[in-house]
Amino acid sequence: MTLAVEFEDVSRHYGTVKAVDAVSLVIPEGEFFSLLGPSGSGKTTCLRLIAGFEQPTAGLIRIHGAQASGLPPYRRDVNTVFQDYALFPHMDVIGNVEYGLMVKGVGRTERRQRATEALAMVALGDLAARKPSQLSGGQRQRVALARALVNRPKVLLLDEPLGALDLKLREQMQDELKSLQKKLGITFVYVTHDQGEALSMSDRVAVFNRGRIEQVDSPAVLYRRPATLFVANFVGTSNIFDAGSAKRLFGGNQAFSVRPENIRVNQQIAEGVSVTGIVRDVQFHGATSRVEIRTEDGLELAAVLSNSLLDNASLPIPGVQVTLAWPAEAMVPLAT
Amino acid sequence: MSMNALYLRTPLRTISDVLYRNPRLLLALLLGPPLLWFTVIYLGSLLALLWQGFYSFDDFSMSVLPVLTFDNYARIFAEANRDIILRTLAIAGAVTLASAVIAFPVAYYMAVHAGKKMKAFFYIGVMLPMWASYIVKAYSWTVILAKGGILYWMVGKLGLLPLLEAFLETPYVGGSTLSTSHFGRFLVFTYLWLPFMILPIQAAIERIPHNLTQASQDLGADMATTFRHVVLPLAFPGIVAGSIFTFSLTLGDYIIPTLIGPSGLFIGNFVYVQQGAAGNIPLAAAFTVVPILLIGLYLAFAKRLGAFDAL
Repeated sequence: MTLAVEFEDVSRHYGTVKAVDAVSLVIPEGEFFSLLGPSGSGKTTCLRLIAGFEQPTAGLIRIHGAQASGLPPYRRDVNTVFQDYALFPHMDVIGNVEYGLMVKGVGRTERRQRATEALAMVALGDLAARKPSQLSGGQRQRVALARALVNRPKVLLLDEPLGALDLKLREQMQDELKSLQKKLGITFVYVTHDQGEALSMSDRVAVFNRGRIEQVDSPAVLYRRPATLFVANFVGTSNIFDAGSAKRLFGGNQAFSVRPENIRVNQQIAEGVSVTGIVRDVQFHGATSRVEIRTEDGLELAAVLSNSLLDNASLPIPGVQVTLAWPAEAMVPLAT
Repeated sequence: MSMNALYLRTPLRTISDVLYRNPRLLLALLLGPPLLWFTVIYLGSLLALLWQGFYSFDDFSMSVLPVLTFDNYARIFAEANRDIILRTLAIAGAVTLASAVIAFPVAYYMAVHAGKKMKAFFYIGVMLPMWASYIVKAYSWTVILAKGGILYWMVGKLGLLPLLEAFLETPYVGGSTLSTSHFGRFLVFTYLWLPFMILPIQAAIERIPHNLTQASQDLGADMATTFRHVVLPLAFPGIVAGSIFTFSLTLGDYIIPTLIGPSGLFIGNFVYVQQGAAGNIPLAAAFTVVPILLIGLYLAFAKRLGAFDAL
């Protein structure tokens, strides 16, 4: 297995600000890898370090085995899809897509052919002669994608590429990006602050917080076994119990989290923990409902119940007392 | 009709309400006076001027006769007058070119690299000379460039006087001294109009999103290629805007040519002489068509080059 990108203790400091702090990371070839985190967590800086727009203050970066630190962007075999697309306003669509081939000296007929293919791939073949200003946001997004992919990069970097699109279009583009990645087999490094997007598209996700990586795992593991308090809170929602509550509830000695959908209301569970509390609020979300409960010793917990007809669970009413229960395996110990 | 109880009716608000309901009336009120100014005083006087060009001038009585003729416009193409036009055109072109070459790096630095303080310093530095009187600057230059002036003194100290003498003997560029050479005139014009080139280029470069140069590099273009294919084309409207200033300001000037440089009329001088000493207002009026025409041709040329594509 070849490695597409390797970070070895990479730091990028601006004076006293540690944008990226001693990050080590390995991305195998052909993976859809996401960098997830809130704004200012260092994920975009990491992407820019791979692209070459930033140089590390310390550490080593390798792209396909070759030392990349110090190389300018134009000497790296990676291409970027920028957040706001960065299309050249003075060139038409086909001119934009051909640009990378033109500056590399690919002949006129070949680059026209390859650019046309790339545009066809993103279903924009009939807009080749338009200027970027005449396109919608989604179309610009596709042009940016075609412009990067036409160069057949070893690694494609995507910097929140769907951030400016509306929800429906975003979901459609997520599907297209994912299937495009599968078809081409190119390594995708995808920056996003949207955890749903990261979970649904990626093979693996790195969760960033304050310039450091909190956890790198597949979406399922990330969700089911969050390693830290930050991940438990940032990826999905969690009920967090500190070490004191753990001791009181079942004699544990470490903080833990429980996903709201793993909590049962007024149902007994054989091997597990149960508490009683008063229902404070019930929110209807369509497929599910969220029940908020305050326990006797003041903990605020939430349970998410399915609204499926097949489950025929009845929702509690605010003000009534209920019993909450969850199985032992739903409790995920957290490192602090 | 329901109305906000707190809404007090004052005359001013009544007017505001009427204008809000009649946007066209508002537009007419806002645009009317300036439009009137523009058509009557601005374009009207220009047309009157051009119309003057069709009147006849009686050389014997030195008076203008209301007899229409094409003679004045035809005289533009007389051999002596053609020289005037070419002379003016050549220096306007040279000044524009030199201004663009000098201005671009300055403008680029201001727009891309300079910090807040440095940028303010550059703004002031660029505009400071524009606050001083044009005449004073022109006369200062005659002193600076004169034989025995500071420039000659400096060149002498450097031991480069023979080189300067040789340079001044170059045809079309030189002259008997720096202050009476074509080069001296070119130098002063370039000095005077440079700010008009720097500022529009700076504004144009400032408008180029930073990520476009990054995108270009990301796609494999080195610095020079990025400059040629992305920065320059997007800054080009600024260069054209600046060149319209430098070109037309040089084209219409008549003071610098009388103070600095060799003898030989410019378009402006010719107009000045015709309407002043000679009193031949029709010919002077006809001659004003020349710069208008030249600028028109220049704009058409700029459009062909794609100067306005990125607008």
